Amino acid sequence: MSKALIDLIRQKFPADVLESHSQRGDDTVVVYAPRWKDIARFLRDDPRADMNMLTDLTAVDFPDRTPRFEVVVHLYSLSKGHRLRLKARVGDAAGTNAEIDTVSDLWASANWAERECWDMFGVRFKGHPDLRRILLYPEFEGHPLRRDYPADRIQPLVPYLDVPNTQKLPPFGPDEGMPFGRQTFQQGPSTDDDDVN
Amino acid sequence: MEPIDQELDPSEIELPAEPMLLNVGPAHPAMHGTVRIVMELSGESIERCDVQVGYLHRGFEKMCERGNWSQVFPYVDRCNYVSPMLNNVAFALACEKLLGIEVPERCQWYRMALGELARMSDHLTCDGAMAMELGAFTPFLWMIKGREMIWDLMEEETGARLTHSFGRVGGMAQPPTPGFKEQAKAVTKHILGIIDEVERLLIGNRIFLDRLEGVGIVPADEAISLGWTGPCLRASGVPYDVRKSHPYMKYGEVEFDVPVGQTGDCFDRFMVRIAELKQCARIIDQCLERLADSGPVNVSDPRVILPPKSDVYSTIEGTIQHFKIVMEGLKLPAGEVYSYTEGGNGELGFYLVSDGSGTPYRVRIRPPCFFITGGLERVITGAMMADVVPSFGSLNMIGGECDR
Repeated sequence: MSKALIDLIRQKFPADVLESHSQRGDDTVVVYAPRWKDIARFLRDDPRADMNMLTDLTAVDFPDRTPRFEVVVHLYSLSKGHRLRLKARVGDAAGTNAEIDTVSDLWASANWAERECWDMFGVRFKGHPDLRRILLYPEFEGHPLRRDYPADRIQPLVPYLDVPNTQKLPPFGPDEGMPFGRQTFQQGPSTDDDDVN
Repeated sequence: MEPIDQELDPSEIELPAEPMLLNVGPAHPAMHGTVRIVMELSGESIERCDVQVGYLHRGFEKMCERGNWSQVFPYVDRCNYVSPMLNNVAFALACEKLLGIEVPERCQWYRMALGELARMSDHLTCDGAMAMELGAFTPFLWMIKGREMIWDLMEEETGARLTHSFGRVGGMAQPPTPGFKEQAKAVTKHILGIIDEVERLLIGNRIFLDRLEGVGIVPADEAISLGWTGPCLRASGVPYDVRKSHPYMKYGEVEFDVPVGQTGDCFDRFMVRIAELKQCARIIDQCLERLADSGPVNVSDPRVILPPKSDVYSTIEGTIQHFKIVMEGLKLPAGEVYSYTEGGNGELGFYLVSDGSGTPYRVRIRPPCFFITGGLERVITGAMMADVVPSFGSLNMIGGECDR
């Protein structure tokens, strides 16, 4: 069924399909990275493909290969019931300038998935509206799902953040937080009302 | 005293109109799991918001790359901790797809029965918690009681209430216990009774309906674009259920309906889960009927399944087989595979990349919750502050699965 889908892409973009296979029935197309968004848009809009759902977007790191990262997208068509795995290879050996076009304007689900991919692998998505870290915190150093990130690496402590324009300091600031030890309440100056009670 | 009717410039009596920043979570009773929502309020309506996840990130995908394939099971248990059995089976199916093996029929029926029980516990938790957050505490207690029964049954079967690690590549850790069928029947019957009571208590309740109806509407095209699956997508009227659309195991042979909603509001999401609970009971009945009382549960492939202990201690073949699997790990052929099943919240996918050694090269868990929570921003922007709680509750965000 969806072998036809691979043929369709080959026919439409003959120069941009690098590889394709159907291992275990999962149809896979590896495409030329700069053209990846055009192919994604074609797959979404063409009535023969009609891929209206982006199920998953992730990356796989192969440090030994020259385009280091494989950005992997799983597409699904609710009307036709077929699936396709679309891959593009980006990044040099150091992994510093891995860049690919965003598809978050084609499928809204790619928004968070691309943020996660940036967070975990350091693949930049050009044109993404809000490319922040999502699962980790902004001060995190490195991208943990890269193969060269040691699993036991200890991250530096995050320094105290002073937030401007807030009346209340965040907890555990320089002069706020849990006072340790037993608290003794200071007796206020006694008033005459005490005698009444 | 100043005269009351003094002339005032209208601009002076205007209240300050700056938007107010409100932070909810990450530790807030209405935030299941840990999620933080930063909202910019104008009066009571939400102008902008930012949903922040990741507080429960434990780096499972990284940890999976360190052990062998069977050591992944405990991690997937802790993803969706309300229905761990579904995750276990989903991961086992992904490995089996890469290996190209199929488990015996008895195991498939057993996996389905346990999986549907886990799905029931998932939906009971979601609907119960949703009702509780809106002030209906009694249904929550009833439903949690039902969930406890499922967990007791799971404990009887697997030895653990919550994190069973019961799935194996090529089968299950144990065959069903002799009393399983009887107990499962009793539990489902009891839970159906609970659902009836909950329906009678909640569905005619004006307060409950006012909080849910017409709140958090997500049209079908938007839900598809957001990558929503499972009950949330079906509430928007899209009849996509992996069990029906792409039957795996024996789902093609059982009879069940896929309930869909009409408007995609919170009430539809609540009702879809209630309706699915009844369908789960139907599936469990059919599974128990077809589940054989004897026969093999595991595949008979010595490269995949550990031999029985009596063989390990008495024969050299058994010892070697045990040693190879334990020391070198299960060897999955090189390649990649994407396997998808219907989890508690939608399509639970596993994208496995293997390099042919005993260690996983990459295990990508496609969590349904992550994409559903990704749509929360669209659901609550423009809504009222009080609508956040039912909207968020109806999405059933499970922190462990969303953050992994």
